[in-house]
Amino acid sequence: MNDTIARSILVVSLVKVVVLLFLVLTAVAYLVWFERKVAAHIQGRWGPYRVGPHGLLQPLADGVKFLLKEDATPAGVDRFLYFSAPLLTMTLAISAIAMIPFGPASIHIFGIATPLVIANISVGLLAIFAITSVGVYGVALGGWSSNSKYSLLGGLRSSAQMISYELSLTLSVVGILLLAGTFNLSELIMRQDGYTWGHLPKWNLLNPTFPQILGFFCYFVAAIAETNRAPFDLAEAESELVAGYHTEYSSFKFAMFFLGEYASMITVACLASILFLGGWLSPFPQTPGLDWTRYLPAGVLAVAGVALIIHGVRYINVFGRIALPVLGVILGALSFLCSQPGVIDDIQGPFWFLAKVLFVLFVYVWVRWTLPRFRYDQLMRFGWKVLFPVALLNVILTSLAVVMRK
Amino acid sequence: MTTVETAAGATQTMVLNMGPQHPSTHGVLRVVLELDGETVVKARPEIGYLHTGIEKSCEALTYSQAITLTDRIDYLAPLSNNLGYCLAVEKLLGLEVPKRAQYIRVLLTEMTRLNSHLVWLGTHAMDLGATSVMLYCFREREEILTIFEMVSGQRMMTSYFRIGGLALEPPPGWLERVRHFIDMFPSRIEEYEKLLTRNRIWLMRTVGIGILEAQDAIALGVSGPTLRAAGVAYDVRKFFPYSSYEEFTFDVPTRTESDCYARYLVRVAEMRESLKIIRQAMGKIPADGPIKADAPGIIPPQREKMKTEMEALIYHFKIFTEGFAPPPGEVYQRVESPRGEAGYFVVSDGSPKPYRVKVRAPSFVNLQALSKLAEGRLVADLIACIGTIDVVLGEVDR
Repeated sequence: MNDTIARSILVVSLVKVVVLLFLVLTAVAYLVWFERKVAAHIQGRWGPYRVGPHGLLQPLADGVKFLLKEDATPAGVDRFLYFSAPLLTMTLAISAIAMIPFGPASIHIFGIATPLVIANISVGLLAIFAITSVGVYGVALGGWSSNSKYSLLGGLRSSAQMISYELSLTLSVVGILLLAGTFNLSELIMRQDGYTWGHLPKWNLLNPTFPQILGFFCYFVAAIAETNRAPFDLAEAESELVAGYHTEYSSFKFAMFFLGEYASMITVACLASILFLGGWLSPFPQTPGLDWTRYLPAGVLAVAGVALIIHGVRYINVFGRIALPVLGVILGALSFLCSQPGVIDDIQGPFWFLAKVLFVLFVYVWVRWTLPRFRYDQLMRFGWKVLFPVALLNVILTSLAVVMRK
Repeated sequence: MTTVETAAGATQTMVLNMGPQHPSTHGVLRVVLELDGETVVKARPEIGYLHTGIEKSCEALTYSQAITLTDRIDYLAPLSNNLGYCLAVEKLLGLEVPKRAQYIRVLLTEMTRLNSHLVWLGTHAMDLGATSVMLYCFREREEILTIFEMVSGQRMMTSYFRIGGLALEPPPGWLERVRHFIDMFPSRIEEYEKLLTRNRIWLMRTVGIGILEAQDAIALGVSGPTLRAAGVAYDVRKFFPYSSYEEFTFDVPTRTESDCYARYLVRVAEMRESLKIIRQAMGKIPADGPIKADAPGIIPPQREKMKTEMEALIYHFKIFTEGFAPPPGEVYQRVESPRGEAGYFVVSDGSPKPYRVKVRAPSFVNLQALSKLAEGRLVADLIACIGTIDVVLGEVDR
């Protein structure tokens, strides 16, 4: 009997791993598309438009291109490290996502209550930080083993930067740990349940004991630096170091760095929403009776579906005129499904979680295409002399607030 | 490689070839860097990767044909170079260009200045990581290029100014297009400034970086906005007016900080001054009148005259088969190109082809200052410095 349960749990876990891996890789591919589209519209352009309607098949085309390109290995590289660096970057970035809970524990798949998380471990937060901080090896080794001066400089910059900002990043969440008293990510979210004065959600950002606004600021800035994105993209710094640590990488090895970078972007965005924005919790208090906010997921999907159909039938080419309305109909069907009594409660968590993650990701993209880049020494000065003290101040103030509350 | 004494002991420097294939060397500039960590110990610009022998090629072409080569010297400011060359040859011939043509020339060279400064601002901002500014600048530049295309049929290699005047009568409606542009443009400059001028990161990257004091700038022969940012109000348009510039009122923006930020501010201020000049020129350009000088042996005759008058036909044949021969002599004509003082030295031996054409290219001279600006600073600052001296490699190598 126990054996059967253990086996079924194993099967469910395996299915979850495969599904999540598929979802994450797709999400990463479409995050690139999303970034290109947002950047394009910020800059008054259209962005990808040719491959599929609105460039929706662009990620696929990019993937095929990466696979078919010649995989050049420059002379004089340290082959073992040169090959393992991109592998390390991608594997670590993706495995960090295993700890992220996408919704509350009560999702029912084939009658089994399944938590929407692969590894719900008690030290989830520590595990994520541990994994992401190993990620610096991928960058440093990639830069060092390439036998190129640009790569070397990029790798050096990047390892110094990631190690420095790692400190501020971890320190910025200490305030939350003090408030919640747990490392488990699902529990961290549950501690944020409830509403101050009946309306204001008790997210850590607006925590009634001590709002983690400073912490959120530090986390957000350090996370941008941690993922090597503008204005902290010194590791790549196209205009200075050509492409930084991955200058010499081509074909799928480059794609792995690319995937790893965007996957870690998703990780930090997920963490931001879990730690500061209440994870899967709805920003609206549940009111008895007909609660309209419960129909928001279905409503959003329905609006998107209808908009897609209306826009799609007038699209410039035949493929778009077929594909876009079909997509719209699928969204409509999903919307109908989401409004059904059995599903409507299960869909709330993932919906709000994804909405928050998407918002954070949008801000990341927005920042990247707006600000100029820091200089290396300025970046280090900012990290150590501004961010680190502010994070420390946040810890002290939060501890004081926690003690006074008691 | 040299040995550098540091607090941690003696270390070896590293030689890094930046360019000629590099995203921010603005073409094919190669800078041989000697780095101590990320600090530039020595920066030596290597040029010649875009050498196309323009000056020498001019000697094999007639005076009129050589105009097309001047476009290609500074491909971001073709009309300024057209103007410099045409003025030099006109001086050699003693030609008087009609006022209408002169005003149109002024208007279009100021548009060229805007065009060039827009490309500069965009690429410089992109070098420092502000990618979106580049696309905003290119959006406005597109409008300028459309105006160039209207008048000359070409977006970049215009060759619109000819010896003795202009190539063609500008098409009807072009002035409306210009008016539309200058009405829209001030708000766009504000948009760029909003993104950059008081941006903390932008200030950190440019203030106090790449200082070139006035006496060094003069000693190195630097001109244009780079010199004016050091507090020297030298502008050819004011000091040696040409093409009726003396009839226009405009200021010469200067700063005294002589760093990258000062150069940025000077160029942005220059864009506003150019707008002022364009506005005045639009008021001055007469509705009709000749656009070419009255010089039958030099200016190709009108089509209908050629069909009806024997002399015109002969002139037409002679101009297009052998060209015209200016009297022997040599002239030097300077103009204020967007990058600084562009000088054309033309020597005639009395034949229809120039004996020698020497171009004093502002980019070439200004590039000398690079080592002075960047040595002792970080690689990232070197990029900012290359950006603010605004070199065009076509002009450096010619």
